[in-house]
Amino acid sequence: MKEEERPEERNPMEDFLRMDRIPHIWCPGCGIGTVVTSFVEALKKSELDLNKLAVVSGIGCTGRVAGYVKFDSFHSTHGRAIPFATGLKLANPELKVVVFSGDGDIAGIGGNHLIHAARRNMDILVICVNNFNYAMTGGQVAPTTPLTANLSTAPYGNFEYPFNLAYLADACGASYVARWTSLHIRRVTKSIQEALVKRGFSFIEVITPCVTLYARRNRLGDGLNLLKYYYDKSEMRHGADTRTVPIDFQGKIIVGKFVDRDKPTYLECMNTHLQKTLGDKYVPYGVKP
Amino acid sequence: MRKLKADPKGVLTGAHYLDGDFAIAEGSLAAGCRFFAGYPITPSTETAERFAERIPFVGGIFIQMEDEIASITALIGASWGGQKSMTVTSGPGFSLMMENIGLAAMMETPLVIANVQRGGPSTGLPTLVGQADMLQVKFGSHGDYEIIALSPDSPQECFDLTIKAFNLAETYRVPVFIMTDECVGHMHEKVVIPPADQIEVVERKWYVGPRQKYLPYKPDKDLVPFMVKAGDGYRFHTTGLTHDERGYPAINAEAQDWCVHHLVDKITKNAPKIIDYREDQTDNAEIVVISYGITSRVSVKAVQEARKAGIKVGTLRLVTVWPFPEDRIKELAKKVKAFVVPEINLGQIRREVERCAFGRAPAIGVPHCGGWVHDPDDILKAIKEAAR
Amino acid sequence: MNEIRFSGYGGQGIIRCGLITGKAVSLFDNKFGTMTQSFGPEARGSACSSQVVISEDRVLYPYITRPEILVSMSQDAYEKYEPDLRADGILIYDTDLVRLKPARGQIKSYGVPSTRFAEEMGNRIFANLVMLGFFTGISRVVSPEAMKKALPGLVPKRFLELNIRAFEKGYDYGVELLAKEKEKPQKELKPLKNQPLPDIKKNPPRKAKQ
Repeated sequence: MKEEERPEERNPMEDFLRMDRIPHIWCPGCGIGTVVTSFVEALKKSELDLNKLAVVSGIGCTGRVAGYVKFDSFHSTHGRAIPFATGLKLANPELKVVVFSGDGDIAGIGGNHLIHAARRNMDILVICVNNFNYAMTGGQVAPTTPLTANLSTAPYGNFEYPFNLAYLADACGASYVARWTSLHIRRVTKSIQEALVKRGFSFIEVITPCVTLYARRNRLGDGLNLLKYYYDKSEMRHGADTRTVPIDFQGKIIVGKFVDRDKPTYLECMNTHLQKTLGDKYVPYGVKP
Repeated sequence: MRKLKADPKGVLTGAHYLDGDFAIAEGSLAAGCRFFAGYPITPSTETAERFAERIPFVGGIFIQMEDEIASITALIGASWGGQKSMTVTSGPGFSLMMENIGLAAMMETPLVIANVQRGGPSTGLPTLVGQADMLQVKFGSHGDYEIIALSPDSPQECFDLTIKAFNLAETYRVPVFIMTDECVGHMHEKVVIPPADQIEVVERKWYVGPRQKYLPYKPDKDLVPFMVKAGDGYRFHTTGLTHDERGYPAINAEAQDWCVHHLVDKITKNAPKIIDYREDQTDNAEIVVISYGITSRVSVKAVQEARKAGIKVGTLRLVTVWPFPEDRIKELAKKVKAFVVPEINLGQIRREVERCAFGRAPAIGVPHCGGWVHDPDDILKAIKEAAR
Repeated sequence: MNEIRFSGYGGQGIIRCGLITGKAVSLFDNKFGTMTQSFGPEARGSACSSQVVISEDRVLYPYITRPEILVSMSQDAYEKYEPDLRADGILIYDTDLVRLKPARGQIKSYGVPSTRFAEEMGNRIFANLVMLGFFTGISRVVSPEAMKKALPGLVPKRFLELNIRAFEKGYDYGVELLAKEKEKPQKELKPLKNQPLPDIKKNPPRKAKQ
């Protein structure tokens, strides 16, 4: 196999991305790359030891993120990024584990894992890129598709109620829940920064344009048109009751940091409870001496 | 391959009266397993219960996941996190795990899965014995790949073979299966757990070398690539996609050829070192009874009767069912009149024996759909018929 | 080789009886003891049972086929499992909980008021240990020392002493009963041949009856 030639000049992303895997596969106008850039910017600003950072993805367009970031990175199976991350985190608690995947992966096929990881307050950060459809397979209806939106498996428009992911994560017990669009680059960056140091289950939803499929099928124009839509229709409401933030087709998008609560993580609960119940005989796990 | 002595913390040295499920939990702790993710399902749940009860005093994780898919996937994550990991399941749970068993094989992840087999298909016989997952364990996930499967015939062997399973998983970076059954899983017998310094455990084949030069899928001389764990600064990538030595996706026929051959060769070319079976009186045998698990014990009863009746019968008990002792069956096929293969399914391993015998000796099955073990008389009848 | 079935209703400690006996012979009597139990719907509610096969050599067939000893602690269990008992077998039962049918073949029956004895000791939960002691005294397939050694780990620590006392009470009662029986003139035994054995193929033991 031929090694990719390295560019002469040093790219500012070189320490964070696998340059030998660039160019990436995402379409022009796609928002996933923007979110990755925000992620990298957040890491630059953080004081995290990047050798202790692991990124796990599932399958789909966003599922490819794990393949481009230059950390310990795992491209798992469809829907299973969260349980994979759970195992990784529990086996090596000093890791900071970030799940980077799409709405179909996390809320569709992997929905059960999402709710249980949130319930357990598993100490991982989930960045869910929501483009309202299954894009890798050609634009099928997703559990996040707004009502009436047209997709290849909803050729006459979607009539299923979509998930309000922020509400779902909140209701299941997540410690940190935020929603942004890929237009909110600095907000996304700041949110990721916050969530990276947050203990417990953090969930950041980023609405992104899928120009090739979702936008084209629904005659929404190009990437710029979609960013314009985000600009016009997004409304920042920090601390909003997550029950009040559903997303309608081309309607208002409520963004902001909705939830930021402190509660013990899965491992903290385990150690505290077993220590209390079993006393000195208990061998604490994952606690630094 | 580095061999170490077991960590005494996990070893419950002494003579115990345990069922097979409990013995698997004790075996895993003795082997150094410190991560167990599982989901309750009869008749395997006792292993999870035992592990959950014991692990707080050893130091490790027991987590009951939301389903078997989550369990197996968490295991893969935990293994890459550096822990020896295992789960246990049965019937429907095993079916649910299939996709990610493929991922474990593809990512070359060491882990151990015990399947306490019950009657199938579907919900089948939750509380009663079966042995009908013997082909599923090898072929259940899509694509070509190889795994290792062991079949214990007693609670003592559940303990011993669980340690062996971990050692094989670490040696070959492959998922290893303990294919036991409800009868052995729920049967209480004496289990002797030796002192920790008499238990040999294999340490993972850790890579040591310059970080930049680490290639997670570059085969070593024994075809098994070195491994690192997340958090050690190697910044490696691994994927379920067809990949190259770097672990980078490579979506073309050439890469596929290399990748799949590597997964398969790693086991098939090391098969002589992996395969384990026990023979008794096969030297001058006319008939050889091939069996595994609980059926191999019941068969001996029939074999004893057949010998009393003057029939020259030998036995071959498969300890590793996969990889299959193909060469040995080929040799025996040249000498014997017939093979008799009792098993609690409709002939899964019988078909494999038939394939290896290559028409030189018939493989006569003693099929049983499950729910009970064979009546030794039925096996005796088959032996007598084969000898005629 | 001995095949033993303990039977009663859920909650009486029937599985425990099998476990203690199996552990005793395997760990302390230097024999092989394989214990199996009923699982699933048939084990809940009414009759439940545990089985032990005891042998000088390794047990090859793990289940009992024609038990020679049946211990019954409930009417349901007695009626369900009595037909499997060998015609020259031994029936051991709780005199207050089991009403016997007319004797079959050469089956010898020995009764003990195990639940009543246990209540006299303060709690009926010890009934299974009284029964185990009685079974040990009557059957002689396992030594009383081994049985007592097997108890730690299988009965709650704080009740170990009481359990041993319950065991001894049943054991002494059994030994006495046997001694009395020896003094009595023996009845003429009928030849076994005429007693048909239960057909194991048609009515296999322990198979789920759902």
